Parts: sequence; structure tokens; C-alpha cells
Amino acid sequence: MKRPLILFFLALLFLFFPFASFGKGPKSDYGDTIVVGSIGDASTLIPMLASDATSHEIAGLIYNGLVKYDKDLNLVGDLAESWDISKDGKVITFHLRHGVRWEDGVPFTSRDVLFGFKTIIDPKTPTAYAGDFLEVEKAEAPDPYTFKVTYKEPFAPALSSWGNIVVLPEHLLKGKDITKSPLSRHPVGLGPFKFKLWKTQERIELVANKDYFDGRPYLDGYIMRIIPDPATMFMELKAGGIDWMGLSPVQYKRQTNTPFFKKNFRKYKYLSFSYTYLGYNLRHPFFKDKRVRQAISYAIDKKEIIRGVLLGLGVVATGPYKPDAWYYNPNVKRYPYDPKKTKRLLSECGWKDTDGDGILDKDGRPFVFTVLTNQGNSLRDKTAQIIQYRLKQVGIKMKIRQLEWTAFINDFIDKRRFEAVILGWTLGQDPDIFDIWHSSKTGPKQLNFIGYKNKEVDRLLVLGRRTFKRKERKKIYFRIQEILAEDQPYTFLYVPMALPVIHARFRGIRPAPAGIDYNFIRWWVPKDEQKYIMP
Amino acid sequence: MDFFLWLLKRLLALVPTFFGITLISFFVMHLAPGEPMSIQADFNPKMTPEMRQRLRAQYGLDKPLYIQYGRWFNGLIHLDLGRSFSPDRRKVWDKIRERLPVTILINVLSMILILVVAIPLGVRAAVRQNSLFDQVTTVLVFIAYAAPAFWVALLLMLLFGIKLDLLPISGLHSLMGYDSMTTFQKVLDWSKHLVLPVFVSAIGGLAGFSRYTRSSMLEVLRQDYITTARAKGLSERKVIYRHALRNALLPLITILGLSVPGLIGGSVIFESIFAIPGVGQLMWSSVMARDYPVLMGNLVIVSVLTLLGNLLADIGYAAVDPRVRTGIQEGD
Repeated sequence: MKRPLILFFLALLFLFFPFASFGKGPKSDYGDTIVVGSIGDASTLIPMLASDATSHEIAGLIYNGLVKYDKDLNLVGDLAESWDISKDGKVITFHLRHGVRWEDGVPFTSRDVLFGFKTIIDPKTPTAYAGDFLEVEKAEAPDPYTFKVTYKEPFAPALSSWGNIVVLPEHLLKGKDITKSPLSRHPVGLGPFKFKLWKTQERIELVANKDYFDGRPYLDGYIMRIIPDPATMFMELKAGGIDWMGLSPVQYKRQTNTPFFKKNFRKYKYLSFSYTYLGYNLRHPFFKDKRVRQAISYAIDKKEIIRGVLLGLGVVATGPYKPDAWYYNPNVKRYPYDPKKTKRLLSECGWKDTDGDGILDKDGRPFVFTVLTNQGNSLRDKTAQIIQYRLKQVGIKMKIRQLEWTAFINDFIDKRRFEAVILGWTLGQDPDIFDIWHSSKTGPKQLNFIGYKNKEVDRLLVLGRRTFKRKERKKIYFRIQEILAEDQPYTFLYVPMALPVIHARFRGIRPAPAGIDYNFIRWWVPKDEQKYIMP
Repeated sequence: MDFFLWLLKRLLALVPTFFGITLISFFVMHLAPGEPMSIQADFNPKMTPEMRQRLRAQYGLDKPLYIQYGRWFNGLIHLDLGRSFSPDRRKVWDKIRERLPVTILINVLSMILILVVAIPLGVRAAVRQNSLFDQVTTVLVFIAYAAPAFWVALLLMLLFGIKLDLLPISGLHSLMGYDSMTTFQKVLDWSKHLVLPVFVSAIGGLAGFSRYTRSSMLEVLRQDYITTARAKGLSERKVIYRHALRNALLPLITILGLSVPGLIGGSVIFESIFAIPGVGQLMWSSVMARDYPVLMGNLVIVSVLTLLGNLLADIGYAAVDPRVRTGIQEGD
């Protein structure tokens, strides 16, 4: 029971030396504005209603959650100073920070969280995030700084769900229709930045929140410019119109090595939270046998794809996680390029070229299938072509078909009318992948669309949700990765790198497994290099 | 009096046409696979089937199509275009209205540029048919017509924005310090930003319009009254600009009438390239998101303008060409 005391002292410290604990030496200066390029505009700045990355990016600077992920993907307190989990794992009690205020001066309390929770489970709220909260049996706010939730069953991903999605200013929203609230275009938050203006499809401007509970950001402002065309965006970068954008592999490797670039910009790279895969429809007779899937995995040279498609800016995926996460298992079965093994495995399953046309056949059926992918993603298109070439060498004919995204999902994936697909998943920070791999999720519109069923994986996925202990979870997810590697329901292809480029005047940027923006409020610009002086 | 009767008839005929357009569009639109919540819901692990049903009910998508159309139509009669299906749930008219000024400004400017350049170009090419000038303009105009707008735009940006550093690359005005500018500086700032977009959006129209003028002019120059005018001893200048051009411009009225709806329709391509928040981008993203109310709202505006544009072209034609007027009178 020492903890609260220590925290109390820490809070006192904040009170008297608001910035002392953060200054990386006395050198960090305040001021300047960062201009970020974005391809799409935000849709709404109420986090629980938004479903696009841009909206969440902006809302993430305006609203905070009870918890957040640190640079190594550990959950740490944010608006909650600490939390306790009951022995049976069903009750989580959050202890909230004292003295936090909304922009308009109203104190932030547990009632705001309770209100957010009630709003998200309200059937009238059009949110895509209610799923995690429907597991909650009851939520209470016994006093202004305590928030207590009881789950029907222990649910480990629940902890991370208490992010900024459920923190809303009750005093501004109570009794009003959230879909018509002015907050959607003019949010009132409590985060490091405050909303200033939003010109549709043009730009969004934020200013530093000088009263931010964790110390004000060094930068005075944040501007997001919406530039839909990546080529234009790159030119704006060169012309000084923006300071931060994501590069494509070609831009990173070939177009940013001039002395001008080296002097004015810094390039960063880190593993993105995503992977690309070749997925098989496991109901299809060709792909029912795991040896066939393994054979195809051996026939595909993943390193070649990374060289050709990503210009080397990615790593081989061995399972559904990115390699620098704590739950990534590096010791699973791998499938290096080995066409001999492919042929042996295929002939074991009865696939032989009996008619001499160069294509394997079995019971009179040639090994021909079509892979579907979405239109407009040149990386996936090139990946498909390289795979096509390699499979042809082992006697498998793969056709490629590209489809518009919505038609692809609705007419092919949802109706299970596909043989194989090349697609990607974006990863969360929690290792829970129940929705993608559990056998109960193979129904219409559900995400285990390939129809993967494995009893042990099912059991482990449930178990992984029940325990909060990292050590145990690690063990569970390591085993899941082993099974998936053996079964090869997907051929996991690659994890691409995120390739941000940022103007050289910004200091304090340190890439980590969580990316680069986890310490955004600590980025700073030396006084003599500052570009935009705010009045 | 006959003229007004004719006008009234024409106006009345527009009403069923308009409803026909909305009806067909509404049903065709719903044939496209996918639903408005696809973007939110598809491939989202947090989306449960109950949530999906809830969203469908909120959008009214659980009702049969004819009821959905009835609801929309009822709103239209009360001049309400409804609310967008995208997560912001804003009023359709607000979403379109905030983008109209920029779109109209650019389209009007580019229309003026087209007329100012294309007409003299076409006239000269016709007068000196098969001369070197004619041939060179023909080739240039076709190259400009064939060159993809996005490519031309990028080359121009590279040249003027980066190599010469004369013009801004994208956007409508400067990012910093715009608020403290004087009105004159603001106008100058806007102009600088608009030079490239207006030029690029005019290129395609330039080619078409100068060709129309040329062929229409050639036609007129062959007429007897031109020979008469020349025989009277009028100066060549007078013959061409007083007698020939006035007649040659008649068909252009029709073309201008048809361009009226184009004034509010933006182009996705050049709007995206120059990062201009116009109507074109809104429509594009609405199509992708299956945001039916916004699409229908835009469709209403465009079809009204098209019908009116046609009508205006007919009236304008009748007003300037006595042959058309007499034709109407004889017909009635």
C-alpha cells in the first residue's frame, strides 16, 4: 500500500516543478509548429464514432484514455494513475489522476468515463467499437476518482480498451444526440493539444494545451494538411510546405538521397503494425491438405518479394505478429525458398504432371487457381506477380484477378467465392487475435473467412483472453504461432516498414517498437531553427 | 405569346424528366455491391453482427428500397436533402455547399480562359486553313488534349513550384500569415495558388473549344453571304469578325448551355493533385463510401442544372437566331 503515497508525492512534484522531470537537459526549447501531410480528411473528431486513421490521429492528440501503450508496447496509466485487478480477474478498478481539467476548466472525473461507457453501449450510438464493452457486466463510479468495471468473465484485451474512445466530456454531451453534437467538428478535450480550426478537405489546426496535466508539449502547434495525391505531397515536402509524411519504398530508397534531403530531412524506419499474406480458402479441395499449403509456402521466395516489392524495406513474416513485439515467437517453423521440397510434398499428396503440359494434375484436375486481391494496391499486385512466376516453376498455374474493394469484400469474401487471396491485416497492440482465427468466427461477415478450424488454437485463444499475466499470455501466444506456422492456413509473406520522413529541425524523435509518435509531445525545435513563430 | 406557351410546355416537360432521373439513379445506385457502413464495418474485428443490424436500422437500410426512395423523396419536396451516412452525419446540403464556392470559382475562371484563348485560336486556324499556323495549332491542341491532366499538373508543379520556385504547389492560400494579410495581398495570394489549377483544368476544354470554333467557322466561310460581303468590298477584318464570327458562334451556345452543370461538377483528378477541397473529391469519396444521400443530393443539383442549361441553350438559340424563332412559329 505504499504506491498511493509515492504517487501523491509525484503529484506534488508535478505541482511545484511542472516540467522539471521531463526536460532532457535544459536545452529543449518551446515553440514552432509541425505541418503533417495526410492523404485523407478526418470524418468526425468524436473518437467512438470515427473509423478512419486520420480522425483517430487527430482525436488522439485532443483526448486521452485511462491507459495507453508506452514505447515498448506495455500498457501504462494515462488518465488513470494505476489500476487493480481482482483475484478472479473480473473486476478492474481504475484510480484516476486528480486535478485534470477539460479545456473549458471543468474537472475531469470518473463520471466522464462512466458517461462514455454508457454512450458506447447505447444502441443509438453508431459506433464500431461497442464489441469489447458488451462484455462488461456493470460499471460504477463510486467516487470522482475511482472507476470500477466488472466483467462477466476475465477479459484481458479489456484493459487496453479503456483508451480515449470512452472518455467524453459529460457536461457537454449529456442528454444530447451524440451524432448531431458540435463536438464532432469542434472537439473539447483534455489532451496535449487543443482544437483550433478545421477546413474540410483542406487542413486541421491544433494548438498546444498549456495546462496539459503531463506538461505542455514543446511544439506550439500542429497542422494537418490534406493532400490526396502522394506525388503532390512529396513535392510539397521538397518545397517546404509540409514537415512530416510517410514515404513509399521507392521514395525512401531512390528519391531522398540528395544532399538537399540529407541536410533538411531525417528519415526513419520501423516495423509497421501490419502484415501481408496469401490466404487459402480451406474449404477448397486443393487447399484442405496442409502439405499442399506448406508446399506452396516453400515455393515462394519471401525475401525475393521483399527485395522486389519493398526494395528491402520489410522483414519476412512468420506468423500474425510483427517481430519486435514482446509476444512474437522467433522459433517457429520457417519456410525458406525450397522448390525441391515443394515438389516432394506435392507428389506425396498425389499431384503429378501426368499429361506433360507443365501443370500438375490429380484425378484429371489440373492445379489451376485464381488469387484475388484489391485494386489499386500496387504492392499486392507486384507480390501476386512474383508468386505467380514462382508457382509456375513448380507446376502450379495461378491466375490473378483484381477487384474494387467493396465488391471484393461483399461479393467474394463474404460469399466465400474465392480460392485464394492476397490481403493484409493491420495489427493491434494487444496480441488477442480471437476474431481472425477462432473457429466460431467463420460465419458470414466474420473475419475467419478462410475457414480455419483448430481445436487447440480455439482453446488457447480463449485462454489468452482470460489471463492478465504477461508471462502466461506470452506462453499462450507463442504456442499459437507454432501451430499456425505448422498449419500454414496463410502463407505469411512480409511485414512492411513504416517510412516516415520528418524535417531535420525536430529533435527528440526516437523510433521504438511502438513507432515514433509515442513521445510526440516531447519533440522540440531549437530556438534558432524555428520556422513558424506563433504570435 | 406563342413563345411563352412553348416555354411553359418545355418547363412542364422537365418535371417528369427530373423525377425519372432521380428514380432511376436511386435504384441503380443501390445495385452496386456494398453498403454505407462497409467502410466502418468490413474487416473490423470489433464489429459484431448486432452492431451491424443497429447501423442498418439507423440508416433506414433495413426497409425495402421503395420505402427508402419514398422517404428521400418526401425530404426533397420539403427541400431537405437529408443527412450524410458518413460518421460525421452532417446535413448533405452543408457538405455540398461548403465546397461549391471554390469549385465554381475555378470552373468559371477556366471557362473564361477557354473562351478567351480558344475562340481567337479557332478563328485564325479557320481563316488560314491548312497554313503552317493551322497545322501547328492542330498538333499542339491535340497533344494538350491527349496529355493526361495529372501528368501535366505534376510537371508544371515541378517546374514552377520547385525548380523555379515561383508558384505554390497545392492548396488555396498560404498556410501561415494569411490572416494578417491585407485584402490585396490575399487576392494576390489566392491568384498565385489558382494559376496552375485553372490552367490545367482549362487545357482539355481549350482543345475541344478551339476545334469547334474552327470547324464552325470553316462552315460559315463557305456560305454565300460571306462571298457577298467580300464582293461588297468590306475589309477582311469586318468580314470575319462582323459577319462570319457571329454566325459561327451560334452552335457554341448549345455547347455553353451543356457546360452549365459542369460548373459545379469538379474533377477528382485535378482536385486531388492540387489538394483543392472541391465537389469532385466529395463525390468521389461518397461513391467509394456508398454515401447515398450525398450522391443523390449532388445528383439533384446536377440534373436540375443540366435541364436548365439545355433549356437556356434553346432559349438563347431562339433569341439570337431568327431562323429558329420562325421555325417555332411555323411549327405551332
